[in-house]
Amino acid sequence: MMKILVALKRVPDPDTRIRVKEGVLDLDGVKFAVNPFDAIALEQAIRMREQLGDVEVVVVSIGTGDCVEQLRLGLAMGADRALLISGAEAPDSLSVARILADVYRRERPDLVLMGKQAIDDDSNQAGQMLAALLGIGQATFVSKIELVDGRSSACCARETDGGIETITVRLPAVVTTDLRLNEPRYVSLPGIMKARKKPLEEIQLTDPTLKAPARTRVLKLESPPPRKAGIRVRTVDELVEKLRNEAKVI
Amino acid sequence: MEKVLVISEHEGGRLRRHTLSAVAFAAKVAAESGGRFEILVLGEGMGEVAGELRSYGAAAILVGDHADLRHPVADKHGWMIARIARERGATMVVAAASTFSKDILPRSAALMDAGMLSDVVGISMTGGEAEFKRIMFAGNVIATVKLDGAVRFLTVRSAAFVHPVPGADVSPVVELSVPVSELPSLIEYGSREVRVTGRPDPTEARVVVSGGRGVKNAEDFERLIGGLADAFGGAAGSSRALVDAGIVPNSLQVGQTGKIVAPDLYVAVGISGAIQHMAGMKDTKVIVAINKDPDAPIFEVADFGIVGDAYQLVPELIEKVKAK
Repeated sequence: MMKILVALKRVPDPDTRIRVKEGVLDLDGVKFAVNPFDAIALEQAIRMREQLGDVEVVVVSIGTGDCVEQLRLGLAMGADRALLISGAEAPDSLSVARILADVYRRERPDLVLMGKQAIDDDSNQAGQMLAALLGIGQATFVSKIELVDGRSSACCARETDGGIETITVRLPAVVTTDLRLNEPRYVSLPGIMKARKKPLEEIQLTDPTLKAPARTRVLKLESPPPRKAGIRVRTVDELVEKLRNEAKVI
Repeated sequence: MEKVLVISEHEGGRLRRHTLSAVAFAAKVAAESGGRFEILVLGEGMGEVAGELRSYGAAAILVGDHADLRHPVADKHGWMIARIARERGATMVVAAASTFSKDILPRSAALMDAGMLSDVVGISMTGGEAEFKRIMFAGNVIATVKLDGAVRFLTVRSAAFVHPVPGADVSPVVELSVPVSELPSLIEYGSREVRVTGRPDPTEARVVVSGGRGVKNAEDFERLIGGLADAFGGAAGSSRALVDAGIVPNSLQVGQTGKIVAPDLYVAVGISGAIQHMAGMKDTKVIVAINKDPDAPIFEVADFGIVGDAYQLVPELIEKVKAK
């Protein structure tokens, strides 16, 4: 039996424009969703189960009771069970990695799948940090994954700045997902019905080392200065003239 | 007093230019804190890269040159960087933001129990303490952040720090020993597809021309977007739509989850302007939008907008840019 752990983060809906109001995030009326890259990770885990058969897919989220919404969605997509890690603050990637390392030690998965970044803080760190803390391998920006050598390794295609790179990483490992890996399925009504009966366990973290203060301290949040309103031009000649003589960029 | 370690990036034995933005960042921190900076080069056959880095005022160019470091795999490079940062007593470790640094640096940071900030766009030293600025929520929020701990890891956006002008070749090159038997061996490098286009990378070009849904196929992309990019001597980029459709490779994607660019001129052709795309280009100096939909959100950030059919406007623009 192979076990895959998938981390799901609750984030503001990706199509919402988040604003800062008087120094704090204005989340009034903002809908929340599963981080889109994490949904891709979960889809991958479910496909691997569909393909291989004897695979258990466990979803985990760190946070308050609100995260149950995202875990239920994960179960409705097809995860077998869910873990809610509460009682721990996870204000930065290193804290997240420490907590997930603890979950890893309890669950002993063969593979951890998670998004390459969360679309709220855009850090792109937690997966790599988790792999480092556990002393296991990693593959980031993954757009294709295939188990090889009797499921002891994963051959991964990575979307790097220079193009697609292929690496083989020994399992267990942390794999972080990029956009092109798959398109997550929609949640079906029977899926939602089934999800209600699937186990969702809440784990209160008590280990004091997991409460180590975060390394990052946010001092201030502000909105970026707005861009000056531009102008419409009617012809290509006018555009070229403006670029040459006004903006002086060509 | 900061001791900054800059992690250089190279490809095919040549320095990636955006490394110089991390050098600019390090030089600024060193100057303002009365400290110093060193540059680390890991790889195989690194003589030329190390030589080129000698002229930017670093206290030393540290070179770990070994066949086992030939490919930038995260386990080996991450481990080496943590080890060297520890040995050199670094208080900051910095690289230009890229898929290379984002893969490897968080690994090194965790090995040192250090915090990390990605995509830093500003730094100020107040009362001897560094405060960083970084972008969150797809470019809609700027956060001012402090990092606690003896060592801090950062990636910086290359457009935010102006490349330094090279001076005399003064920095000494220091060869480091590579403890091969201790290097982790969890990841095996396979291959990397070879880039075929002769154009610069979008993150390193003065002009970027990007195509979106308005471009129908690969031939049209090459003719219109590639053609206009060539007329400007710039790079070609794209929105997510064209990558998903298989029309262009992923390495051209500009946006929140692709490449972040801030060139002098960005020409958006047939791109509507989703939040995620704009997060990757709105710090550009001058934005031009060409779109047939007059209500496309891209016009809200464009300095010069022209409403019309890209298939007619772009060939005319290519011709007129060429006819200087």
